[in-house]
Amino acid sequence: MTASGPRVGILLEKHAAQIEAILARYPSDQKRSAVMPLLYLAQHEYGHVSKAALEEIAGILDLSPTQVGSLVGFYSLYHDEAAGSVRMQICTDLPCALRGAETFARQVCENLGIRLGETTADGVITVEEVMCLAGCDRAPMFQVQDDQGIHYRENQTVESAMAWVAEVRKKHG
Amino acid sequence: MADHILLRHRDIPDLDRLEVYQRHGGFETLRRTIAEKSPQDVIDIVKASGLRGRGGAGFPTGVKWGFLTPDVFPRYVVVNADESEPGTFKDREIMERNPFQLLEGIALCAYAARASTAYVYCRGEFWDLAHELEVRIAEARQKNLLGPKIFGSDFSLEVYVHLGAGAYICGEETALLESMEGKLGQPRLRPPFPAAKGLFGRPTVVNNVETLTNLPPILERGAEWYRSIGTKDSAGPKVFSLSGHVAQPGNYELPLGTTFRTLIFDHGGGVAGGRKIKAILPAGASAPILPATDEVLDTPMDYESVPKVGSMLGSASVIVMDDTVDVAWVALKTTRFFKHESCGKCTPCREGTFWMLRVLERLHSGQDGEGQVDGLYAVARGIEGKCLCPLGEFSIMPVTSGVERFRADFVAHEGDGR
Repeated sequence: MTASGPRVGILLEKHAAQIEAILARYPSDQKRSAVMPLLYLAQHEYGHVSKAALEEIAGILDLSPTQVGSLVGFYSLYHDEAAGSVRMQICTDLPCALRGAETFARQVCENLGIRLGETTADGVITVEEVMCLAGCDRAPMFQVQDDQGIHYRENQTVESAMAWVAEVRKKHG
Repeated sequence: MADHILLRHRDIPDLDRLEVYQRHGGFETLRRTIAEKSPQDVIDIVKASGLRGRGGAGFPTGVKWGFLTPDVFPRYVVVNADESEPGTFKDREIMERNPFQLLEGIALCAYAARASTAYVYCRGEFWDLAHELEVRIAEARQKNLLGPKIFGSDFSLEVYVHLGAGAYICGEETALLESMEGKLGQPRLRPPFPAAKGLFGRPTVVNNVETLTNLPPILERGAEWYRSIGTKDSAGPKVFSLSGHVAQPGNYELPLGTTFRTLIFDHGGGVAGGRKIKAILPAGASAPILPATDEVLDTPMDYESVPKVGSMLGSASVIVMDDTVDVAWVALKTTRFFKHESCGKCTPCREGTFWMLRVLERLHSGQDGEGQVDGLYAVARGIEGKCLCPLGEFSIMPVTSGVERFRADFVAHEGDGR
């Protein structure tokens, strides 16, 4: 990074080698391609894509913060606001709905005492409804988005989902 | 089918381990192809095989490669692993369980296209499998099966995984390229096609995961063998994703031209709970809905036959619905999907999906009077033929076909308006 380059922020300070490895995947004159991997990196660092992270990524890639911010709005896996420690994202799209996913989502919410889109009072779990996740043959299913990445939980029942919730609460509570 | 050609992991345990894949002939086809065949030979064999794109469009793969602008380098191979069509989960199984056959296919494609860089654009939700794929790429590279000077030849190939972040539209190849370039995933005006100006403005081949997984067997066993599977114009095996009201949902690898009846009843165990089958969506949310008549059930699932009964094969994700299903509700679900996934670039799609959803939601709330079904149909027809990419077109198909073929289901929601 040259003296005229961006102010070194948390991402560069903590993840310099990883950022360099990401940039190396793309031609040197096409570093804008690194914006999506860097947004994931920021999200895992902060839990969501903060304004400071937008500015830092923009600085690294010679983009404007607005250009980076527009991607956060466009792509549904990026979040510009904090939520629960874990996002429980239940697929209720047509194939899953045919196998009871809407009822499953409603019952999970009832058990948690929240509505879809809300976060539990302890701040641990946010339940969201999402579109097809390519797990149609193992419905009901949901994905878990947290600071570690995204993982699937398939062939679920309300009981198995609530058992998972209890585990997560132990870990994050 | 006796032995799987694409889902070979179902016959061979641990095929996702490189040494097992190699023990069963893996990467031998790549080695022989590089040693014995020119890139043009590979293109000719794939053309002769009749392989058609498995992402949904069904365009002949070898012909697509033939469109690459001559003598312009570097070129790129981009693998479409953005599998997001409701009801489609075949590429996921291939990448999770038979990843090295895909990687060998990518290498064969790159050799034919004379590209030295390939990107696998994987939907962001496939986080775990994408990271496993990166490990497998590193393993193959370490054994000189990928990377610089493969098998000591002049052919080099670096393969990178690029994660999307939740946008159905990025399965459309030009939107995918925009996304790879770090922009909003919105389709480009064509021409120019990706073969002329694709990734970073360079000649680019974009192929689906399943398409590329067909290449090692085609190059190993020849075009004639491949053409002996399937039908005259739809050659080869296909992975059908079967979901909805069937006893045994899942992926089934069968020859193209297998009938709906064989898939649903012989392989899928029929309709769950012994109920009667009412309707079929043969290509996820992106095709007209079919009434499950005997004529439809006996239709061969290939690129020519499904249109003859009024729908499309697409990505061959067959969603089965029993007689408890209200087709107006199906239209509500698919419309909610398309409204959410419309990228917003074309007004007819952006506004049209919004209004279709609004009318459908009001219909389902029971508060609207007569004529709403005709209004819905008129909005849908207004979108037709007016959008840059097929998403706008897809969005209306379950709605228009639903109203035409299951009108009573919709009219039943028209309250008296009071």
